[in-house]
Amino acid sequence: MESAPATPDTAPSPVRPEEIKAIPVRHPGRWGAAAIVLLFAAVLGQSLATNPRFQWDIVRHYFVSSRVLHGLVVTLELTAISMAIGIVLGIVLAVMRLSPNPLVSGASWLYIWLFRGTPVLVQILLWYNISALYPRLTLGIPFGPGFAHLNAGSLITPFVAGMLALGLNEGAYMAEIVRAGIISVEEGQTEAAQSLGMTRLQTIYRIVLPQAMRVIIPPTGNETISMLKTTSLVSVIATTDLLYSVQLIYSVNYRTIPLLTVASIWYLIVTTVLSIGQYYLERYFGRGASRDLPETPLQRLRRNLWSLRRGTVEAPGASAEGR
Amino acid sequence: MSEPMVKAEEVRKRFGRLEVLTGVSMEVQPGEVVCMLGPSGSGKSTFLRCINHLEKIDSGRLSVDGELVGYRQAGDKIYELRDADVCRERSEIGMVFQRFNLFGHMTAMENVIEAPIRVKKVKKNEAARRAKELLERVGLADKLDSYPAQLSGGQQQRVAIARALAMEPKLMLFDEPTSALDPELVGDVLDVMRQLAKDGMTMIVVTHEMGFAREAADRLVMMCDGAIIEEGTPEHFFVAPTHERTKQFLSKIL
Repeated sequence: MESAPATPDTAPSPVRPEEIKAIPVRHPGRWGAAAIVLLFAAVLGQSLATNPRFQWDIVRHYFVSSRVLHGLVVTLELTAISMAIGIVLGIVLAVMRLSPNPLVSGASWLYIWLFRGTPVLVQILLWYNISALYPRLTLGIPFGPGFAHLNAGSLITPFVAGMLALGLNEGAYMAEIVRAGIISVEEGQTEAAQSLGMTRLQTIYRIVLPQAMRVIIPPTGNETISMLKTTSLVSVIATTDLLYSVQLIYSVNYRTIPLLTVASIWYLIVTTVLSIGQYYLERYFGRGASRDLPETPLQRLRRNLWSLRRGTVEAPGASAEGR
Repeated sequence: MSEPMVKAEEVRKRFGRLEVLTGVSMEVQPGEVVCMLGPSGSGKSTFLRCINHLEKIDSGRLSVDGELVGYRQAGDKIYELRDADVCRERSEIGMVFQRFNLFGHMTAMENVIEAPIRVKKVKKNEAARRAKELLERVGLADKLDSYPAQLSGGQQQRVAIARALAMEPKLMLFDEPTSALDPELVGDVLDVMRQLAKDGMTMIVVTHEMGFAREAADRLVMMCDGAIIEEGTPEHFFVAPTHERTKQFLSKIL
């Protein structure tokens, strides 16, 4: 195109590129909705503050009492151990499920079918009563001699029964979550790793699982929060978790509502902490997935406050420079 | 002439009922650069993937540097190789993919050092030193700590080439390395490949970049319907292709 050089029209346009100062559109509907929300909040607040039957002084008294705190620790232990069992089991079951061996993948399928298909409350009761089915547990060679004999009744305490039931049940759900994560990683990643001479195991642990984590973490956080509250089911087999501890207290002093309030506040606090942890985990495993790391809540708060002062709320990422 | 780097005899491959390779025979000598042309679906990529055993061949013989790919011959019996041996064979062959396939959760640097550390058991700082050299060589000295998503397609593909070179392969396979790139990014990738060819690397390149083929290839191979229908020097192809299908194909892409 040398013979006919393009001459784009570079004459200054008559309109100067000034910032537009328009009068913003009014949103009467938003103000109305906000007023209704505020009204409800006021009613609720007034009731919380003035209804004497909430008995906030009792709530305060029992909130950090040793029995409640002990129950809280049991709940946290149960949650942590059951989730740990669930996650490890889930990874194993997911890898089994994707195995080319039909017996191996079939076994995984059967396990998931069985444990997802029955209510976890039933499973808790079954494990609690396992000694009725197997009074003696024997450690040894299948169909061969046994080395150690254990009394099921003394081995399966209520805590152990709850832990087993919740953990084994969770494994079935985690298996599906992990499997979805593994499937979500592109085939090309595996091929690239293989073409470099990496083994199957190296490929799974170094390349596929770390990237599957991005898909696995959010539902796992969800499961953990769900597990925290599901542990309250073990109160039926007299494990002194948070719920059962407050139940024991109010069965004596009949302060039912304030003690249930105590338990609820603790559940809310732990859930909040878990949610924050989940956010940062997601952020860590999301590295490399997008061009910029997502903001931390603190950064977002600062940005929103800043832009609120200027009268505009930017979409997140809009301020980030393009590559 | 010394032993060929790649030797294929009557290689066949089928996916279900579809026969993708219907008997491919060719040889590639050490240091030779061969470009494979052909319409899509003609089996070029499949053949390339057979060379490093990403696909198993159904019949015929395929060997790299005198070793059967994926199998071992003892007497007149053929044994399938164990996983570890397949991995060793693959580690000596570099492959560059159309869609780059960089490891998304790793920086450019981490992508390049991963396989040397895990597969060849190279010390980490030694691997890093070498990776830096390689990334410099492909013009990405300032992108060591960038994640793939922060790089353009052309930059990603050059990291992918560096990643393959880090294993010091004796053979490099390129599967349409520039087909997924914006036109103005193609040049940088081709420059790197041209330099590699000049340095004496044995290369098989599936490409539609006729400029590159003409300039850098020692030999061109035309594939159609799972078989090689014509091969020769670039001059032969551009001046006087003999096969009707080749003429047709070239007239469309030139």
